[in-house]
Amino acid sequence: MTIRITQALTEDEQAGSGRVVRVNGPLVEMDGLDQVAVLDVVEVGHAGLAAEVVSVRRGLVTAQVYEYTGGLRVGDPAIGRGHPLSARLGPGLLGGIFDGLLRPLAGRPRWLTPGSLQQSSEAKRWRFIPSMSPGSDARPGDILGTVPTPSGIDHRVLVPGGVTGRVEWVSGNDDVGEDEPVAIIDGRQVAVTELRPVRAPGPMGTRLELSEPLLTGQRVVDLLFPIAKGATAAVPGGFGTGKTVLLQQLVKWCEADVVVFVGCGERGNELVDALADLSEIEDPKTGRSLLERTVVVANTSNMPVMAREASIYTGMTVAEFYRDMGYDVVLLADSTSRWAEALREFSSRSGELPAEEGYPAGLASALAAFYERAGRVTTLGGKEGSVTAIGAVSPPGGDMTEPVTAHTERFVRCLWSLDRDLAYARHYPAVTWRRSFSRDAQVVGAWHTSGGRPEWTRARARAIALLAEADRLTPMVELVGLSGLPGRERMVLLAGRLLREAVLQQSAQSANDATCSPAKQLALLEMVLAVFDQCLALVEAGRPASEVEEFDLSDVIRVRDEVGPDDAAGVELRRDEVLASLENRV
Amino acid sequence: MTAEAEPVPLVHLEYRGVREAEGPLIVVEGVEGVGFDEFATVRLASGEVRRGLVLEVHRDVAVVQVLQGTAGIDPATVTVEFEGRPFGIPVGEGWLGRVWNGMGEPLDGGPPMLSSITRPVAGSPLNPTDRDVPRDPILTGISVIDALTTLVRGQKLPVFSSAGLPHFELAAQIAAQANVIDEPFKVVVVAMGLTHADAATMRDALEARAAAGELALFLDTADDPVVQRILAPRVALTVAEHLAFDLGQHVLVVLADMTSYCEAVREVSAARGEIPGRRAYPGYLYSDLASLYERCGRIRGSAGSVTLVPVLTMPAADITHPVPDLTGYITEGQIVLSPDVLGGDVYPPVDVLGSLSRLMRKGTGEGRTRGDHPAIAAQLVAGLARARQTRDLADLIGTAALTDTDRRYLSFADAFSSVLVAQGTAESRSLEDTLARAWLVASELPRRELTMLSAADIATYYSEGKTYPAGDTTAFDPRTERTPEDPVTETDERDGHG
Repeated sequence: MTIRITQALTEDEQAGSGRVVRVNGPLVEMDGLDQVAVLDVVEVGHAGLAAEVVSVRRGLVTAQVYEYTGGLRVGDPAIGRGHPLSARLGPGLLGGIFDGLLRPLAGRPRWLTPGSLQQSSEAKRWRFIPSMSPGSDARPGDILGTVPTPSGIDHRVLVPGGVTGRVEWVSGNDDVGEDEPVAIIDGRQVAVTELRPVRAPGPMGTRLELSEPLLTGQRVVDLLFPIAKGATAAVPGGFGTGKTVLLQQLVKWCEADVVVFVGCGERGNELVDALADLSEIEDPKTGRSLLERTVVVANTSNMPVMAREASIYTGMTVAEFYRDMGYDVVLLADSTSRWAEALREFSSRSGELPAEEGYPAGLASALAAFYERAGRVTTLGGKEGSVTAIGAVSPPGGDMTEPVTAHTERFVRCLWSLDRDLAYARHYPAVTWRRSFSRDAQVVGAWHTSGGRPEWTRARARAIALLAEADRLTPMVELVGLSGLPGRERMVLLAGRLLREAVLQQSAQSANDATCSPAKQLALLEMVLAVFDQCLALVEAGRPASEVEEFDLSDVIRVRDEVGPDDAAGVELRRDEVLASLENRV
Repeated sequence: MTAEAEPVPLVHLEYRGVREAEGPLIVVEGVEGVGFDEFATVRLASGEVRRGLVLEVHRDVAVVQVLQGTAGIDPATVTVEFEGRPFGIPVGEGWLGRVWNGMGEPLDGGPPMLSSITRPVAGSPLNPTDRDVPRDPILTGISVIDALTTLVRGQKLPVFSSAGLPHFELAAQIAAQANVIDEPFKVVVVAMGLTHADAATMRDALEARAAAGELALFLDTADDPVVQRILAPRVALTVAEHLAFDLGQHVLVVLADMTSYCEAVREVSAARGEIPGRRAYPGYLYSDLASLYERCGRIRGSAGSVTLVPVLTMPAADITHPVPDLTGYITEGQIVLSPDVLGGDVYPPVDVLGSLSRLMRKGTGEGRTRGDHPAIAAQLVAGLARARQTRDLADLIGTAALTDTDRRYLSFADAFSSVLVAQGTAESRSLEDTLARAWLVASELPRRELTMLSAADIATYYSEGKTYPAGDTTAFDPRTERTPEDPVTETDERDGHG
């Protein structure tokens, strides 16, 4: 066995050039390439298609190509770039839309023929405002300066990993090109953009305990299955269960500084629809459109398959980049199943031994490694930042035992399962309370208590108990009929219905209901619980349950849509009205 | 739509003799300069000419998929010529009003298609930033579709069916009746793996549209070679993309039956010795289907649109079968046909609770169809879900044990089938008629149950206790106090399309 020591080559050097000997879809084999390592980037063919080395065997280099390989011939050139697959990170990402390799899509040709996304030559310039002065000591993660961006979010230029020492020179308050140096630290030039390998986690200080919720404005999430900042969640759901709409709601309404949305093998129409929505909604924190806090990595289902595999890692690398600036970042990937399928497609072409359902044996460890990149951390520069990772899963045939779903469930802290029966009944978001979980509920309960909402934990527990009891009673109703049940049980069924329709259902299209503040969430829940208590008291006082069931409670159900997203007082007013009207019926 | 005129190599190398011929594949040795996915011409000793595509190149070996199959190919005498470019077709309006086979060769005795512009049939992915949001309806004249799963220009909305159901009739009815208001509208129909009888039915139902020069029909029957079936939808979509995005027309593409298409993909994959995935379909079936379905849409700066209605039969009525399952993950909703949902002999037999049009929200409402349309549609579906539970309950415990409200839901469900859904295969209903029927159905429920409707819409359209006049299929306005004997009154201007 030989041990070869490779080192990254500069842009001008090439790791040798070889030639193509085999083309089978995105799999290309080359020979004559020396000095390439596994996972290095290779440019293939006359169009310079981006590819990544997956194996090197006796001089034969196998690579996966990130673009359509039609027309590629035996004998075409191949050039090693001498570095692993990397994303170019810098100002200008927010509000932008990029392909799976983080190449800008805006302003590019309408039809994406191979090679049409090659690095543009247009030079962007950025205003650099230094915050360090010559002579000071710099450590990785320190803020070297800032770049004002149109997004209203400070873009912080950090001292890159591995660069430590005295600041010898810093650019003044000046416009600089993307690759122009803005500082020299210990003899090393630093620019506003950097190249980061996408497949390895970025460096960080220490991991911190999770302590506060990531508020999403979605009641079923925030009330029943809350998620903490820095945690992980998966959203499994068959088609037609509203997975994409729920993820888009999270993109819009979650309380993050920066959102990275990876559209991985999904629909083009939905992606543009989401982008159009984001550009129209104002971020209450910055007063600018939500699009300007969002980075979109788009690989729609008709774009090259292999770039889909990379897009998940690219998105995570972007999320870490903003985390390192001290921001709370949310990464949403729709859908991780398409990423796994891309893995499977390539491993099958390269003749790897298939494990479960044809997926490579490394699937579980790849999933685990991806979700482990989430977390709340102290950055190298001593700031606090977090990456919360939320992945959609598309189980084939809605089968929750298939490998991607089954493995993902094991590695995430929250599971928001979407249920086809709920979706059929147009109960949206169709998150089922039967097959979902949150391992962050306790942390979030403590946070609510310290924020002056100590009743949150108790109300949540009552809601979960009532929903479970209503579910348990439903099959009994089918056996003996509603009239065969005692009055109390009939009121529990009524409470179950009110919880579902007045609290858990939420209309993504309604301006009042699309998002919901924690106070209004709690007010809605407490209203339903109070109505239930009152109805139960009536029944226990001798009123026939059938009469109580015929009460018009549509005002309870409508109020979520009739008062503003933060109008807890409006809900409380409605509660008092409804309770008073129930009182009058006695 | 890649480069208009790719440079064609001046020298076409022709190779005599192949190493192997098996299934749809031949293996050619000693080749040089052959590109992946290139188009090839295969000549038999008899003089017969076949077409092929390069599936793999490995050193001096090329694997070629022969579109018409390898039957009759003698490896020793066959010659193969590589074209140096992918398979392309001429594009233009000449495709309309004609009948073609899956490769775009005439079936109607007319001349072949000629045009100065050719396009590769594989197409190119559309840059997502150039997409525009689909937001205008296409009306099919079929009440249950227009009211509850409205088709939107640029959408892909499949019909999921199973054996024995009238999905080809429904597909033909959609293709024959669909229209947009005041803009050019064309239809491309691809029949894949159809029996000759079904193909003839399809042809007859679409005769008027073909005669008007609004229809291009591609017929690939069950006895045609499977590889042609893989090309047929690509040929049709290339024609449609040109009509839509270069000529600014709205194009509806109907692909039936996608299950036959997927079986053709599986057959070729098996012949190549690929590792089979679920139910032996190749692992890349999702990407392959997406490369077809994602070719629909709208483009910024272009007036036209491509809308896709794939029709597929679910083997053994199993919606978790890979073909409907992968299709459902790519398309924007689905219209599910089911034999037992509506009961009796209702046409079209749409399972409303399993059906959905994801883009309906953008394509309906004020200025698109009518302001109350999204809400009344949501209310009807929610009501049906409740009615179905009630029906199950009634089967167990008898209707006598039901509450009054439950009984109202049962009559609501009956009215839904008979007033809104049931329709003739040649009957086209206006949107006003469809929505009036929807409100009549909703009026079977007590007002307190209509929690999804605004108070204003209820005041305008709700009319408790009204019944739809039996056998009357003319427009009926529930807001006027007329009896079935009254003459049809003029419709309110609020009903108009915005």
